This record gives sequence, structure tokens and C-alpha cells, in this order.
Amino acid sequence: MSGAWQAARLVIERDLRLAFRNRAQLLHPLLFFAIVTTLFPLALSPEPSRLRDVAPGVLWVAALLASLLAIEFLFRDDAQDGTLEQYALSGQSLTWLLFAKTLSHWLLTGLPLALMSPVAAYGLGVAVEAVPGIIASITLGTIALSLLGAVTAGLTLGIRRGGAMLSLLTLPLAVPLLIFGAQATARAIAGEPVAGPMYLLAAFVVLGLTLAPLAAAAAVRISLE
Amino acid sequence: MDWTWFHRFGSPPHLYRLAGTLVPWFAWPAAILIAAGLYGGLVLAPPDYQQGDGFRIIYVHAPSAWLSLMAYTMMAVTAAIGLIWRMKAAHAVAASCAPVGAWFTVAALGTGMLWGKPMWGTYWAWDPRLTAELVLLFLYLGYIGLRSAIEDPQRADRASAVLAIVGVINVPIVRYSVEWWNSIHQAPSVMKFGKPSISWPMLTPLLIMFVGFTLLFAALVLVRVRAEILRRERQARWVTEMVTQ
Repeated sequence: MSGAWQAARLVIERDLRLAFRNRAQLLHPLLFFAIVTTLFPLALSPEPSRLRDVAPGVLWVAALLASLLAIEFLFRDDAQDGTLEQYALSGQSLTWLLFAKTLSHWLLTGLPLALMSPVAAYGLGVAVEAVPGIIASITLGTIALSLLGAVTAGLTLGIRRGGAMLSLLTLPLAVPLLIFGAQATARAIAGEPVAGPMYLLAAFVVLGLTLAPLAAAAAVRISLE
Repeated sequence: MDWTWFHRFGSPPHLYRLAGTLVPWFAWPAAILIAAGLYGGLVLAPPDYQQGDGFRIIYVHAPSAWLSLMAYTMMAVTAAIGLIWRMKAAHAVAASCAPVGAWFTVAALGTGMLWGKPMWGTYWAWDPRLTAELVLLFLYLGYIGLRSAIEDPQRADRASAVLAIVGVINVPIVRYSVEWWNSIHQAPSVMKFGKPSISWPMLTPLLIMFVGFTLLFAALVLVRVRAEILRRERQARWVTEMVTQ
């Protein structure tokens, strides 16, 4: 058992270290998120009341697309240099190692996105009181998205121009997350109780934690064949 | 227990011949039932007291919507069988379900839009069930896309099988989440517990259409399965023998 924990810790340490040695790649999804949320006021109107109405949708669609951008890199480098094959052959459970990998991926992309979202929300005219609700909903949503993305990224490994395929597979599956995530954010912004949609988001996270690593491991194994 | 009958399905020549024998047994009853259902629905059934004759599109819309879901479920089940027992023939069935199911989804969407225009005053409303149907269409297209993007057929089979299984878990979630999100679609009139809220002269043709469409689906899938098996086994000796005979 301790072997499994140690393996997971090593995977996470390695991923974090590699990510911090290549900071530009780490910043891409965040910059993308910032730019997309900036485009909306320019395209719609700078009027705060109108922006506040669309803020939940803008935040969530931008977060979804930014996560999608990041998911493309989840397995790509490791598949190219053979690390994934070593994981599969290591004797440790591939499901568990990919779970650790997904966790580190979320720490590197989802968590920063969640922490950054209040700034973008403020830019869209949202009151400061809504910040905890926004952070919580985007945190839960990005966890579930990273887990879902691990499956679809595993399936699209090794496909030429896999990026387009990845979005075609991931986005329809992410529809429930978008609905309840945006709803939780909208309620937080309106100052209403957010518990309902938040519980549902949490339920998706639990479902994802239970099933997604298994499916991701199956997908990666198929792609490595 | 003797499992030979199950494993025989895994043999492509056996499945090819079986599908060939079964096609007429599904196609003819389907044609008869659909003709009878259409006559009953379009001519015999009385007009609806609110929607007039406009409701009659239900005789195509509801069976298409039902098959769009059933085809997805069947695709996922056969894909899972193919993944678990490594049965190539099951993958061929899953691959054949996808385009047929996608077309039934298009039919359900198209008839739903035509129905929406006189009833809601617009072709497209973000009604939950229309939206869920649209997401289902995207799931089908993703499945077909993934299958065609992977060149190695065995890898394509197995990868798309995982996707189908993930998708089938997601379909009910999508359905309920859009239901809670927004609702103007009329409440279900057949698929609910207790007595259906639709009169027998209207309901009977609908039930006939359900059975007819399901048989049509089976016939279409079987024809596609035969084509799919031939495509996959084009190098095999039994195909050459069959063609040259």
C-alpha cells in the first residue's frame, strides 16, 4: 500500500517539477481565460448591468475552453517520450498513477483558473460577495473536467490533429457540468443560496473520481497498444 | 452451461449469414406495421382537441426519439460486449448502430422542429428534450468521428467502445440536467406510470409505429452489419469463396 502512495507522490512531484521548468505552457490556459473574458465586454457592451447578466455564462464557457486547451497536454508529452508506457509496465496500477497525474494536472490548471476567476468576474461587474461561490463552483467544475478530460485525452492519444477530436468528444460530455456550474455561479452572483447546484457539481466530482480513472486507464492502454 | 450459442455470434461468417436470413423477417413486418401505423395515425385517429391535426407528427417524432436513445444504448451494450469478450462481431454491430442512431436523432430533431413551429411559434426553442437530443447527436458524431480518426481498426473498435460506455453513463445525466435547466416541452404522454394520458384511438397507431420503427431499426442495422463484416473481412478466405461462387 505504501508503495502505491509513494508512486502517486512521485508522479505528482515529477509533473509539478516538469511544469514549473516550462512555465510558459502553464500560463497558456490562464492567459486564454483572461483574454476570452476580456473579449466579451468588447463584443457586448461595457455596461455593468448587462455584463453581470452574462457573467456566469462567460466565466464558465471561458473556463471550459481554457481547461480543454490544457487537457490536450495532459498525456501528450508523456506518451511521446514513453513515460506512459513505463507507467503501464511499472507493476503499479495504471488507474492509480493516472489518477495522480490527473490530480497534478488539476493543481496546475484547474486550481489557478478557479483562483483567477474572481478577477475576471470583478471585471464583469460582479460584486465581491459572490467570490466564494464562484471559486467553489469553478473549483468543483474544473476537478470534474480534468477527470473527464483524462478519459477523452486518453482516447485521442496518438490521433493526428487530436485537438479538434478532443473538443468534439469532451464538450458534449461536459454539458451537465456547464449547466450546474453556470447555475451555481449565477446564484452566487444574484446572492441566492448556491447549495443545490453545488451539491450536484460535487456529485459529478464523486462520480468522476470513482469511474473516470478506470476509463482513462482503459483508454490509455488501448492507445498504447 | 453451454455457451457455444453465444460464441457463435463472434464468428463473422456465422453472423453474416444470420443477419442475411433475418433482414427480411424484420424488414417486411416493419414495412407493414409502419404503413398500418401511418394510416391509423394520419387518417383514422381523431384530431387533437387543442393541437388539431398538428399533433399527428408525433407518429414519426416519438418513435424516432425513442430509437435515437435505444440505438445509443444498444451501441454501448454491444461495444461493451466487444470490449469484454474481445468479440470483433460485436464491435461491428456497435459500429453499425452509430450512423442509424444518428439519423434517427436527426429525424427526431427535424420533426420536433417542424412540430415546434405551429405549437410554440418557433422552429427552435431551448427546450430540454430538444436540447438533450441535440447533445445526443453530438455524442453520436463524436463516436463516429473518433472511429474514423483512428486508422488501426482494432484500436478504433476498442477506443470507441470506451467512449460509448462513458457516453451511455452521461446520456441520462444530460437528460435530467437539461430537464431541470429549462422546461416548456409538453409532459410525456406515453412513457409514464399509470394510465397514458392519450386516448386509445390516438395511442394504438403510435404503439404500432413504435414497434414498426424498432423493427425498421433492426433491419437497417442488420444490413449495415453485413456490409461492415464484409469490409472488415475482405481479406478472409470465406469472403473470397462467397464472392467467386
